[in-house]
Amino acid sequence: MNAVLDFATDFLGTVATTVFDVLPILAILVVFQVVVLRRRVQNLRSIVAGFLCVLLGLALFLIGLERALFPIGETMARQLTEAAAAPGAAVDWRDYILVYAFAAAIGFAATIAEPPLIAVALKAQKVSGGAISAWGLRIAVAVGVAVGVSLGCFRIVTGTPLPWYIVAAYVVVIVQTFRASRTIIPLAYDSGGVTTSTVTVPVVAALGLGLAANVPGRSPLIDGFGLIAFASVFPIMSVLGYAAVVSLIQRLGKGGNAAGSNDQTRGTELNPS
Amino acid sequence: MAIALAIGKRLRDALRDLAPIVLVIAFFQAVVLQQPFPNLGNVLVGLVCVVVGLALFIQGLESGLFPIGESIAEAFAHKGSATLLLAFAFCLGFGATVAEPALIAIAAEAAEVAAEAGVIAGDDDARLSYAFNLRMVVATSVGFAIVLGVLRILKGWPIHRLIITGYVLVTILTVFAPDEIVGVAYDAGGVTTSTITVPLVTALGVGLATSIKGRDPMLDGFGLIAFACGMPVIFVLAYGMVM
Repeated sequence: MNAVLDFATDFLGTVATTVFDVLPILAILVVFQVVVLRRRVQNLRSIVAGFLCVLLGLALFLIGLERALFPIGETMARQLTEAAAAPGAAVDWRDYILVYAFAAAIGFAATIAEPPLIAVALKAQKVSGGAISAWGLRIAVAVGVAVGVSLGCFRIVTGTPLPWYIVAAYVVVIVQTFRASRTIIPLAYDSGGVTTSTVTVPVVAALGLGLAANVPGRSPLIDGFGLIAFASVFPIMSVLGYAAVVSLIQRLGKGGNAAGSNDQTRGTELNPS
Repeated sequence: MAIALAIGKRLRDALRDLAPIVLVIAFFQAVVLQQPFPNLGNVLVGLVCVVVGLALFIQGLESGLFPIGESIAEAFAHKGSATLLLAFAFCLGFGATVAEPALIAIAAEAAEVAAEAGVIAGDDDARLSYAFNLRMVVATSVGFAIVLGVLRILKGWPIHRLIITGYVLVTILTVFAPDEIVGVAYDAGGVTTSTITVPLVTALGVGLATSIKGRDPMLDGFGLIAFACGMPVIFVLAYGMVM
């Protein structure tokens, strides 16, 4: 009974604070609709119902976040580091293989099923005239996220500065950009943004913070953040790399007898050497 | 009846989002670690909250906010003054980001960590205001990012030059920003673009690119998200320096 009561007060409190999170976007849309565009708001009832759904849904999600998603990430980080490290010994990054494996598995699994990514992949297939397959792109992005999160955990364990990795990744992306086809560039840049979903972000963030708290000598404040940054940058790299490999294979395999639609994409994809 | 069906579909989608994470964790728990998961009951209740909450949230967006957002974006794309369009772009980016669940989560976590490390005071007020300020900075930056993205579509600037300029700015700011803000700043880019922001912003981009001659809706609709990802990093780094 007590637990139910606790839950109810928790829920009502969260709903009350959530109102202020959702109100701005609603106000902005209504003001622009009514005052600026001078149009009537149609389907007022379904908008009000929708607003209530958003409110309740966000409140429930935030409660679940506190009770499930954060604790899951923290618990996994703690149990994996306990399993790995000999207490008292100096930190050796090789002891934490399990952590990297777990990070890669979470990154890959969460990304491959991501609905926005599926949509982007299908569009990429269309833009490239079939040269880039939707499945290939999804796997490229998922591998990018897996490698990124895994490397991010390695960084936390070793305590090396985050900017080194991210700036180095930027440099690689810039070099790749100059060699890539113009059509794939916006898609590649966006694939970094769409991979980090509402469910994945809290789990991955908690994993990083938990790791920094449990590995001796690391501070959550300095070392704990950054996993999401890795998960955002590495897919850009892997998508650009995938596109480059595809066009290289095409050039080697097909020689001169490529179809017309492919010519257009391939012509800009690689500078003739 | 129709709404029950719709919510059922959203529940399935939310489950599909969560399933890979649960499967990976279950595998590691059962096969690798072979340890009991502490507080399992509480976590399961929380997971149900996440699934139901996400389903309701997305259903509410689809039936309430997205239709107005899309129709306004379309109306602005076809006619109306550039000033109003840019004002709308800023407000859209700002408002959508404030309501973004992933950002609420990260801001709260960042405040917690900062309080534990003694960077800010340990009481609830200090934590709440730290989290609130962080979210406002990120939301403002996304507002500016969408304005820049809309300008890019109007003028036809190439995307990669702007992005590379952004990378250079991030690198320079990193040198001067305090260490404790760098991780949060880099992460801020990834969390801004999820449930609410992506659909609304994509609607604006695609609507604009379709109505302007010589713009490819597929390519120009996409670039906005990349800006919304990069701008928060710059703003949060700058905020950390000013603070």
